[in-house]
Amino acid sequence: MHMADALLAPTVAATMYVASGTAAGVSIRNLRKEEVSLAEPLQVKLPTIAVMSALIFAGQMINYTIPGTGSSGHLCGGMMLTSVLGPYAGFLSMIVILAIQGLFFADGGLMALGANVWNMAFYGCFIGYFLIYRPIMQGRLCASKGTKASTRIKILVASVLGCVLTLQLGAFSVVIETSLSGITDLPFGAFVALMQPIHLAIGLIEGFVTAAVLIFLYEARPELLRDVTTSGEVEGKCSIKATIAILAVVVAVIGGGCSLLASSNPDGLEWSLFGNAESGYSKNMGLDEEQYGIASKAADTAASIQEKTAFLPDYAFAGDADNPVGTSVSGIIGSVIVGAFAIVICLVGGFFRRKRK
Amino acid sequence: MNKAEHALHEIHAMNELAAMDSPIHRLGALAKVVVTVAYLLVTISFSIYDCSGLLIMVLYPVLVYQIAGIPIRTCFYKLRIILPLVCAVGLFNPLFDRKTILVIGTLHISGGVMSMVTLMMKGIFCLLASFLLIATTSIEEICHALRQLHVPKLLTSLLLLTYRYVSVLLEEVGIMMEAYHLRAPGQKGIHISAWGSFLGQLILRSMDRATALYESMELRGFHGEFYYAKKNYNKRASFIYAVLWIGAFVVMRYVNLTRLIGGIVS
Repeated sequence: MHMADALLAPTVAATMYVASGTAAGVSIRNLRKEEVSLAEPLQVKLPTIAVMSALIFAGQMINYTIPGTGSSGHLCGGMMLTSVLGPYAGFLSMIVILAIQGLFFADGGLMALGANVWNMAFYGCFIGYFLIYRPIMQGRLCASKGTKASTRIKILVASVLGCVLTLQLGAFSVVIETSLSGITDLPFGAFVALMQPIHLAIGLIEGFVTAAVLIFLYEARPELLRDVTTSGEVEGKCSIKATIAILAVVVAVIGGGCSLLASSNPDGLEWSLFGNAESGYSKNMGLDEEQYGIASKAADTAASIQEKTAFLPDYAFAGDADNPVGTSVSGIIGSVIVGAFAIVICLVGGFFRRKRK
Repeated sequence: MNKAEHALHEIHAMNELAAMDSPIHRLGALAKVVVTVAYLLVTISFSIYDCSGLLIMVLYPVLVYQIAGIPIRTCFYKLRIILPLVCAVGLFNPLFDRKTILVIGTLHISGGVMSMVTLMMKGIFCLLASFLLIATTSIEEICHALRQLHVPKLLTSLLLLTYRYVSVLLEEVGIMMEAYHLRAPGQKGIHISAWGSFLGQLILRSMDRATALYESMELRGFHGEFYYAKKNYNKRASFIYAVLWIGAFVVMRYVNLTRLIGGIVS
């Protein structure tokens, strides 16, 4: 799901940097608050966060065999980090992992870091923790089966649902960011239909691997996990296979249903981007078209200001639209010269390097 | 060599490149970070049909790679990660945008083909520039530059510490994977029965290691921030380097130099 720099327009990249930067600022502030309330200096936590980040990074190199398919998948780690470190430290940890991946392994990019942090860390750490992991872990799911069995089922449900939903959100964000950047002609609906099912499968694998590791940790050192009760545990029996079967059905309904809906009907964003031009602002937005519509004076003024100040081009081939062949000849000749010049620079550089040796 | 060992090898190779000595290596990290960000911003801001305008941007990486003494082919291996997604997105463009925008003799080039080529060029150029930064600047220098740009010290310290520990844990994962595969030959990955215990064991060991690490850091006087050894660099040269390149990028962005050169020749 790592986005490359080339897939983003500068405005989208900057917006995502601001959004992710704000989330990082909130995380640091909350960690400082925790530092005061728990009377535990942040510097004590720092090595743990760093080691966990490095561990997840290294853990991504492990391939897990997917039963019955002959293929294998790997871990992303957002939910796992959150369940061990908490959402704020987990988010910072993911930022660092994504930065190292982008810088040293070309997985992502410097400009796309903000978008990647948002797509993979924000949803995994905040949405995954506050809306899925914590409510499930603090709930009374299968409470009658005994504390231990109930906790195992809760970890499994939280991990699978968390990973599937957060990956779906992340994949959807990738589509929105790419479409807003205007670099692809692929229709929004088709792009969504392409991305969501792939990430449904990835989310499922990630969810089961995360659940397996977290259940192992729960058995070995339950105090390492967040929102897990360790006192007064009662052993009980539960059917993991039955839980997995129910989960698979739920996930297939959620993921498959969302993908089908997305592919056949435009969502709110697509409607607002493309639909209102045909139906008119007044009809869609309830606004006066003369004052605020596309063909209004305000829109013309805004467009002329934007044209003069925009750093981001409007992705139109305006300059050459009238006479594409005439101007393109010089473009082609120029390209050949620039290419040849670049090769000459390489050859000269290589010659001097060899001479130095 | 398994994936973890391969990643470790890549990290070591990058460290060796960053430890080289050249006029580019001797520049200040802040100037290099700013120039890289400016280059990336300008590169991704080109229109998806402006293939010829974008081509001139190749001069920055090509020139600086040569001055830094880094063979440009070293970074092409990394394209295997970035190109599939860019290609996957770009390859659809010729199918949806079939309007001819360029005619060379009898060859009609559609807008979709042009935008696909531009997208791939952008992907390659951005990778070249990012690789150049890492190949000429150590992680400590980058963290120091980030601190100068007011990035919170918690993040920079975390980045530095994680980077140090990535090598250790990659090595450990590499050994574990090799041991597992020797016991389970022909198996493509980790079997489902070992999904939890394989990484779980490593987490347990790593948590104990983190405690030991903190204690050893505290004994060495760590109080929440790393102190960076100041590297001597020519501040004036770094400043001129940054100003000249940023100026050049602005010119490259607003004047189609490729077409201009072609116009002069033809």
